[in-house]
Amino acid sequence: MGDALVRAVDDVTLSVREGEFVALLGSSGSGKSTLLNLLAGLDRPSSGAIYAHEKNLADMDSEQLAHHRSHTVGMVFQAFNLLPRMTLEENVELPLRLAEVERAERPGRVREAVERVKLAARLSHRPSELSGGEQQRASLARALVNRPTILLADEPTGNLDSVTGDVIMGLLQEINRALRMTIVMVTHDRPRAERFSQRIITMADGKLIGDGAGS
Amino acid sequence: MKARDLTELAGRNLREALLRNSLTTLGIAVGVASLVAMLSLGVGLQEMASSRLAKSGLFDAVFVTSRANLRAFGGPRRDEDAAPKGPVRRLDENARQELAKLPDVVEVYPEVRFQTEIQFEGRPYGTTAAGIPLSALADGAFDNMKGTFFSGSNADEAILQIELAKDLSKQPNSLLGKDIVLRYAERQTIPAAPAPAGKGSKAAAEDSGFESDGLSAGFSMVSRELKLRIIGIVETEPAAGFGGMGRGRLLIPLQTAQALRVAQPADMREMLRGATGKPTYESLTVRVKSPGDVKAVEDSIKSMGFGTFSIIDATKNIQLFFTVFDLLLGIFGSLALTVASLGIINTLVMAILERRREIGVLKALGAADRDVRRLFFAEAGVMGLVGGIFGVFLGWLIGKALTFGTNVYLSRQQLPPIDLSSVPLWMVFAAIAFSFFVSLAAGIYPASRAAKLDPVEALRYE
Repeated sequence: MGDALVRAVDDVTLSVREGEFVALLGSSGSGKSTLLNLLAGLDRPSSGAIYAHEKNLADMDSEQLAHHRSHTVGMVFQAFNLLPRMTLEENVELPLRLAEVERAERPGRVREAVERVKLAARLSHRPSELSGGEQQRASLARALVNRPTILLADEPTGNLDSVTGDVIMGLLQEINRALRMTIVMVTHDRPRAERFSQRIITMADGKLIGDGAGS
Repeated sequence: MKARDLTELAGRNLREALLRNSLTTLGIAVGVASLVAMLSLGVGLQEMASSRLAKSGLFDAVFVTSRANLRAFGGPRRDEDAAPKGPVRRLDENARQELAKLPDVVEVYPEVRFQTEIQFEGRPYGTTAAGIPLSALADGAFDNMKGTFFSGSNADEAILQIELAKDLSKQPNSLLGKDIVLRYAERQTIPAAPAPAGKGSKAAAEDSGFESDGLSAGFSMVSRELKLRIIGIVETEPAAGFGGMGRGRLLIPLQTAQALRVAQPADMREMLRGATGKPTYESLTVRVKSPGDVKAVEDSIKSMGFGTFSIIDATKNIQLFFTVFDLLLGIFGSLALTVASLGIINTLVMAILERRREIGVLKALGAADRDVRRLFFAEAGVMGLVGGIFGVFLGWLIGKALTFGTNVYLSRQQLPPIDLSSVPLWMVFAAIAFSFFVSLAAGIYPASRAAKLDPVEALRYE
């Protein structure tokens, strides 16, 4: 409380290769979500550096970080975070609006993204009309629509049953392989991480304590 | 984010909390309405005062007399500085045409007014007759008259002032279409007689200081009658000419009045000065395009050798008064808008609390602080714009309602109706723009607060 400094992520040195599917594993409070937020440019490190495509996020101002979030990374959340008053199509289109993509180009990009997550039939539905799995697929389509090079997923199966969770993980794996997209996924589900990811990094108390191969 | 996307998102957000945003917008509309209603009353009263003054004929007219007549009155000389040293000009038809050619002069007409007697149903009535130019129809004094205005500039028609009409009949309206006989003294010119040796009429004219063509004349007076058809009855006395000096109770077309060649007091004076036999005018009224032209036209007329008189343009003072009046009304009207702007701040701050997580999502998807700020600005701007448009309409309605109420009261007092409020086009645009910018100003604090939200914190918000 107050001015006490809490080091959520401390002395972490980590390098993720292009096209790698990395799972960040750890218990609650281990610092894995904070690390993901740092990679996303949602948070700033108090010291150190974070390089994405040779650009240091620590040196970026808020505008540059917004550009990084818009063009370099796509994010998927545990709670899906779809905007409830928008249809699936409008939710997926939202990052295109923020990235100022030409209007004529948008319908094609949206269709491409929803087809990749196999949700093309539900374009006009609102989030409340979709199942949990469909909402997460919609969230995935939204993350992909700006064609980022890095996909960051924070507990993407945390709110799903095991079957639906496997479907989402299968989709992430397919995207990683088909698009050669780098994926960093936060999870506390070790078995699933071992089945789907190529590399598992374990964290505890803000530090890296393990780095090994996945599936 | 592009402006179109921003507007679409703002519109969508506003539709989401429709009731709250509608009430906030209504608050702005009421604020703008009070401002517009106040200003429209101010402008309406100003327009009414200005038009009444303009219609009085006081401020767009120059009264012209022969300089000799002014001297003869024995009054103070108003045009001392501009007085040329040459011969004194006669105020005759040539002078009238010369005056009509001056720039910014609309028309020049003589004051024809004479004491007369009229016969109606066998009984005589003494009254004052006056020649009215057809342009007087625009004065407004004839707006609520009964009957019609003159059909032509030399028609044998008469309009009666209500008091005269009441003298003629207990039911004045029954006079319309009836005939009256006007009795008057016509001036008939007597050809010039040979001058006695040594002191001819030419010499007399030169002695008088007038320009002279060497002719002298006398005149006789002959009693005449003219039948006139009563075509109208007017409630108020129309301002005929300068300061209403030409007012009469029996109004006839100016050309008809001139054609009568009624003997005037000036005729005697002209004869004594060695007149030429050509008719001269006691005075001429020069009507100019606008009150602002009076000074220049008056100077030109003075330099031509005539005496002039005009009232200094009072409209400037009236404008100053109403500008201050409008300013005060505007300040009071703006108070309601200030209260409404607090409503905008409240609504947007509430929206930030409700949409905290959404702001976090937007930022996670790539929205810059600037985008979030502009989004909230746009929402405030849309509320201001819609509230402004609705408010102008509401203010206009209030003005109309006040005018209606006032006119109901005036009609009960048997007074003519007035247009109390006026919403000119500039006020429509100014009020909408004012509402828009006040709303934007109200959006500054909520917008910057939303933009500063930490996205990580915002995403955690339930």
